[in-house]
Amino acid sequence: MVLELFIHVAPMVVGIWMSFIKLTQLYIANWSAAPFLGFGNYSVALDFNAAQGSSLLRSFFTTCIFTIFVVGISWVLGMAAAVALQRSFWGRGFLRTLFLIPYAVPMYAGIIAWKFMFQQQTGAINFILSSLHLVGPDTKPFWLIGSNALVSVIVVAIWRMWPFAFLMLMAGLQSVSEDLYEASALDGARPFRQWRSITLPSLGQVNTVLLLVMFLWTFNDFNTPFILFGGNQPPAGDLISMHIYNASFVNLSFGFGSAMSVLLLLFLLIVTGIYLFITNRRSKDA
Amino acid sequence: MRESAGMKTFRIVTVTVLSVFVVVPLYVMITSAVKPLGDVQGQFTWWPSNFTLQPFVDIWKTVPLGSYFVNSLIVSTAASVLSVIVAIFASYAVSRWRFRGRGAFTTTILSTQMFPGVLFLLPLYLIFININQTFGIQLVGSRLGLVITYLTFTLPFSVWMLSGYFDNIPRELDEAAKVDGASAMVTLFRVVLPVARPGVIAVLVYSFMTAWGEVLFASVLTTESSRTLAVGLGEYSTEVNVYWNQIMAASLVVSVPIVVGFLLLQRNFVAGLSAGAVK
Repeated sequence: MVLELFIHVAPMVVGIWMSFIKLTQLYIANWSAAPFLGFGNYSVALDFNAAQGSSLLRSFFTTCIFTIFVVGISWVLGMAAAVALQRSFWGRGFLRTLFLIPYAVPMYAGIIAWKFMFQQQTGAINFILSSLHLVGPDTKPFWLIGSNALVSVIVVAIWRMWPFAFLMLMAGLQSVSEDLYEASALDGARPFRQWRSITLPSLGQVNTVLLLVMFLWTFNDFNTPFILFGGNQPPAGDLISMHIYNASFVNLSFGFGSAMSVLLLLFLLIVTGIYLFITNRRSKDA
Repeated sequence: MRESAGMKTFRIVTVTVLSVFVVVPLYVMITSAVKPLGDVQGQFTWWPSNFTLQPFVDIWKTVPLGSYFVNSLIVSTAASVLSVIVAIFASYAVSRWRFRGRGAFTTTILSTQMFPGVLFLLPLYLIFININQTFGIQLVGSRLGLVITYLTFTLPFSVWMLSGYFDNIPRELDEAAKVDGASAMVTLFRVVLPVARPGVIAVLVYSFMTAWGEVLFASVLTTESSRTLAVGLGEYSTEVNVYWNQIMAASLVVSVPIVVGFLLLQRNFVAGLSAGAVK
């Protein structure tokens, strides 16, 4: 426990401390000598009229859109798959295994395969789209630069995320008794009605944790944009983790980067706090 | 119980759409790995008409993949074994003893998922450098540093998962062992752990997979000699040429062991996960 505390808390304290100082490459070797800035880094980050503040704000909204789509669609897909595979039928075991593969494939390998498919001239995506006559041969869209980048990164993130939702929901469904469905079917309940009145309520606990964890992972997602765009992400795919990484390691203003990560952390803390408060109260009411 | 027509349609549509979504990237990865370089640089084709296994030979020469493999294996094994050992003790304590702040513990563990990795990266780097200056222990660029870092990622979730699993094991089992005169240690290792095997395996699989695929910290904290696979895969795209066929071949080589391992152990993983989550 002490070890755990040390490993987690020490970097955090240093991180927060760094956000208050003007840490640039000049001071990296002797970082305790860097000038103290107080909230200087924060006022730059939160000044939305200036360039740095407004680009942070834009990146924040991009990340919000990204998160809403990824978590929402992953949950729907995971739920659909879990319900579809709830009853046993021929080939169920095989399908379950197949659906878990994207989760098991190492992050790097999965994302790089998508990157290959998103190539503008030679990629599979444009090939499929043009053979379906959705795009003409001369108007192949770019997926990794320009405004489509957000779509690409969302698709890849969903591909990686939904099997986890499926896994958790499937595990949760195992505890739902078959008798409930039998009884409700005798009462004439349609499948959708059964799903609403039986399946969804009994997954309450699982959903609370699942949605929270997916939200946090997605909001902090660094690997997907980093591997997909290789460090120079287009504005449309400028997710917040990448934004901070670039500010810290490309522009080498570490103090400013730390200030932004602390702001991000505060935002996530507040959202999580409100979320847990609401779900706790609801489960007590029930 | 009979199945309605609507339900059947729903099932077929869901299964078909999801299968296509899952399979297409995997299919492209596999078929591109057996195409010559000229073919992957030209127009995309579904079928590898000039079948070749050459990429699987070349990957070991273009990049020192072999030594990266060894690095990844050492780091992931060390991180996951240590993670399991620490998680067993911590989870057992959380699950069996009432102590102050026990309720806060679960919330804290969940909230560690909140921290952006980037927030840790630089402080950790600086701490590692300072440790090196003070104690002379080389952590940046060494496998040890990476192992410690991965422990910090995997422990919270592992403890959470395993303590949920322990909670499901009846306390009467512990008490019976105590009556027979077994100490807490003996109870844990002889009585509780054998029952909790699926949970332990789940933690092991989870930590191993996390360490195996991690990119951000590995790219900053390693040097040429300690580089792991996930970072090494990036070296196939050079200034001159992007060896897409070799990238796909190497991705396959990297993925196959972990996917097979995961699929073999998936039942345990689901059991461990559900115990932790449903709690």
